[in-house]
Amino acid sequence: MSSSTVVPPEQQQQPEKRREQLESVVIRFCGDSGDGMQLAGTQFTNASAVFGNDVSTLPDFPAEIRAPIGTIAGVSGYQINFSSEDIFTPGDFVDTLVAMNPAALKSNVGDLRRGGTLIVNEDEFEKSNLFKAGYPSNPLLDGEFMSKYQVHKVPMTRLTRDAVEGLGLSLKDADRCKNFFALGLVFWLYDRNRKSTEDWITDKFKKNPAVAEANLRALRGGVNFGFSTESFTTHYNVPAAKLAPGKYRKITGNEATAFGLVTAARLAGKDLFFSGYPITPASDILHELASMKEFGVRTFQAEDEIAAMSAVCGAAFSGAIAITASSGPGICLKGEAMGLGVMTELPMVIIDVQRGGPSTGLPTKTEQSDLLLAMFGRNGDSPLPIVAASGPGDCFYAVQEAVRIAVEFMTPVIFLSDGYIANGAEPWMIPKAADLKPIVIKHPAGKIDKPSPEQVEGEGTNGFLPYLRNEKLARPWAIPGTPGLEHRIGGLEKADITGNIDYSPANHHHMVQTRMKKVAGVADYIPLQDVEGPESGELLVLSWGGTFGAVRTAVRTAIGRKKSVAHAHLRYMNPFPKNLEEIVKRYKKVLVAELNTGQLRLLIRAKFLVDAIGLNKIQGKPFLVNEIVEKIDAILEGQTP
Amino acid sequence: MSTDSIDSALPILTAKDFASDQEIRWCPRCGDYAILAQMKKVLPTLGIPREDFVFVSGIGCSSRFPYYMNTYGFHSIHGRAPAIASGVKVSRPELQVWVITGDGDALSIGGNHLMHMLRRNMDLKVVLFNNQIYGLTKGQYSPTSPPGSRTKSTPNGSIDNPVSALCYAIGSEATFVARSVDVDIKHLTMVLERAAHHKGTAFVEVYQDCNVFNHDAFLYASDKSIKADHVVFLEHGKPLVFGKEVKKGIRLNGMHPEIVELGKGINEDDLLFHDEKMLEPSLAFLLARMRHPEFPEPMGVFRDVSAPIYDKLVKEQVDTVIAKKGPGNLDALFNSGDTWVVT
Repeated sequence: MSSSTVVPPEQQQQPEKRREQLESVVIRFCGDSGDGMQLAGTQFTNASAVFGNDVSTLPDFPAEIRAPIGTIAGVSGYQINFSSEDIFTPGDFVDTLVAMNPAALKSNVGDLRRGGTLIVNEDEFEKSNLFKAGYPSNPLLDGEFMSKYQVHKVPMTRLTRDAVEGLGLSLKDADRCKNFFALGLVFWLYDRNRKSTEDWITDKFKKNPAVAEANLRALRGGVNFGFSTESFTTHYNVPAAKLAPGKYRKITGNEATAFGLVTAARLAGKDLFFSGYPITPASDILHELASMKEFGVRTFQAEDEIAAMSAVCGAAFSGAIAITASSGPGICLKGEAMGLGVMTELPMVIIDVQRGGPSTGLPTKTEQSDLLLAMFGRNGDSPLPIVAASGPGDCFYAVQEAVRIAVEFMTPVIFLSDGYIANGAEPWMIPKAADLKPIVIKHPAGKIDKPSPEQVEGEGTNGFLPYLRNEKLARPWAIPGTPGLEHRIGGLEKADITGNIDYSPANHHHMVQTRMKKVAGVADYIPLQDVEGPESGELLVLSWGGTFGAVRTAVRTAIGRKKSVAHAHLRYMNPFPKNLEEIVKRYKKVLVAELNTGQLRLLIRAKFLVDAIGLNKIQGKPFLVNEIVEKIDAILEGQTP
Repeated sequence: MSTDSIDSALPILTAKDFASDQEIRWCPRCGDYAILAQMKKVLPTLGIPREDFVFVSGIGCSSRFPYYMNTYGFHSIHGRAPAIASGVKVSRPELQVWVITGDGDALSIGGNHLMHMLRRNMDLKVVLFNNQIYGLTKGQYSPTSPPGSRTKSTPNGSIDNPVSALCYAIGSEATFVARSVDVDIKHLTMVLERAAHHKGTAFVEVYQDCNVFNHDAFLYASDKSIKADHVVFLEHGKPLVFGKEVKKGIRLNGMHPEIVELGKGINEDDLLFHDEKMLEPSLAFLLARMRHPEFPEPMGVFRDVSAPIYDKLVKEQVDTVIAKKGPGNLDALFNSGDTWVVT
């Protein structure tokens, strides 16, 4: 099949192919990490989002950039749930699995629902690949296996090579186009418009027209294959979702975080200083910001995590909106300098895009296991506010909230994201800049006149009092360059009001309590916790961070079955909203669902003396809705914990 | 000059204006006092308003320095002063930022940050107080202590090969590298002044006497009666001569320096001439390798060259993008990429 003979399907005489309407579909592309599965998934997501579906995605890729070809370790996947309804998760089970080789099939077919559609690149199912995947025999020849699914064996490698023939590409380059062949086939299967992908290819490879043409031909080859072969008798249509009216775009959590940071700085009338060190899955925030210089963003790729955090302390002292981002291992290294931020009471935001731990752990997999690190991971009593985003789009708003708290209370703030929401994408209703709440910052004005020598007893030099607090217990943010406010800060304990070094017992007691009180006082300035579901009853499901979608869907399912269940999803992890204690005590039982061994549960139990039950998953993967539904059912049926 | 410009001229500052109200808590006769005094003398001569100075330090005796200066100051954490100062400088390139550090702070726990600050040529003025000992923690050997040093943590003598602060700096291609001694007031003032005027990282090592734990470690370089034979003062374009009678010199024999007596057929033209402007750092490195007691130790400016400055380049990149694209528009950012409308 070469492009010269291809006639676009819309111009061909239509053979009778059935077209069915579906409410929502979960597709997963999987293949070798060199097969371009992330790209195929992203392109399908774009096409579905632009079409108007609600989408939720789950990229899943190995930590190794190129594990040995054909092995299980090298399998990369991208799952998309697209729907005509409001959805919150990438889906528990896969309806259509595209597997580019035996290893991909082996490691992913377990998630394909019985009777689901399986599209395999049959060219790759030869002896050595089957061996590398650990298949003793070819599963495509196994009648029992084949009977479980609707299997489409497609010779994608050969068809892709045919499609690009005559363009002078090496075999290797030709084979690199087969992700677009697979994508084209799925585009046909789900009736997607391929224009956005064609535009993307044309733009991406504009310097290499032969490669652009090859990918376009592979894409069209895939569309035409679905259209013309008898293997596919039906294609499907998922109508646009009834999302709230407005203008939308697709956004990932890391993109939304970068957007939120630039926005916060603009709303505060400040320049953004961002310092980081490359680490998965946080690096994209650095990449995004490095290309937003028109907003006055200064990015500093530091020599290590410690330097990145230290530079943030320096930039905060200088008056910038100072931000760093990392993941667990990096946050550990930043601990000491974060403590310096707490002691010097300077505003800054530390972003932790959580991944599986401990140590290097699971760099590319998600987890929520840094909550206690964020709470307590510094020496001494070292409190700081913590804000957690609930989804990709929410990162935009939650990180602005983190900046607002930091500057209003003169404190470091930790912003918790995770690998799942950082890389996951969803439709995002585009806000209007003018509708966003300004962030008000007041730096004390300078004094030109020299102070009189008779200062109040204990006053600092020049009569400026760097630790004189306002009603929020925040100290003034006096910045270098302001005449008359020259002052010194540091990591040693200091006297309240003057900021002079003070090791006296009573003062240290007072200062530790004051720093605690200041952070606790943030609760007076954040919204009260809201609850979905009955105001009281049998069970409250409590969750935080990136599990929002799965937990909300599960609780709605239970409520739909007339169960007495409610859901509270926390955004403010420290301090908790003022009404949280009262809420958790209104229900007979409390279930805390989180992707760790029970970190929020520990805090809830300790703070409120509530015997909360845990639902804990530590597999580097988000919750399935069904896992939560089952736990809710079990608790309500008395099988606890 | 009109009267207007006189009115708006900077107030004349003196050393006193740079003294803070804090009680100085270094040990009696600590070398730090002398360095503090010279710093207070130098700053008023620079024509920079007091509020535009920032002093950043790490941890150690020397790092208490910012508390005693009536400027903006940040006494930070062990070894991180170069990184904190980099944050100050990248976000506010218009400020003059000094880093005060010690041999343990800069070369042991903070060695990584030091290297990266130097290679980036961040516009920071660094004064490293080298006393070859950990003073604040009461007398353990430091990375600059000579081999065999008997200290609390090395009762049988240290077995580490020490690092040379200046070799480290020159190896990182620092653009300004100098050395002085705490008690040599005139020389120290000159070196600090030159550091202050350098554009880019200015790295100054000061031999500083720890009166309590390592007294007289640098006697050979500070005692007026003997130092002439043990140090050689570097002057740009001049031959390296030293000794009480100024009769000795340093000559290069291939890649090796050697001490020669002037006269007896050897004259100044045969000696090594100092060239602090040489871009190639090898000669400066060779000078930094000359250690007591084999050689007189060089004092003064080893290297003073110019190179692109990191914090300036960061600002320039931002300014260039803004000039090209115009200031960023949030609504345009939000609406970038593929969008769709739900009605």
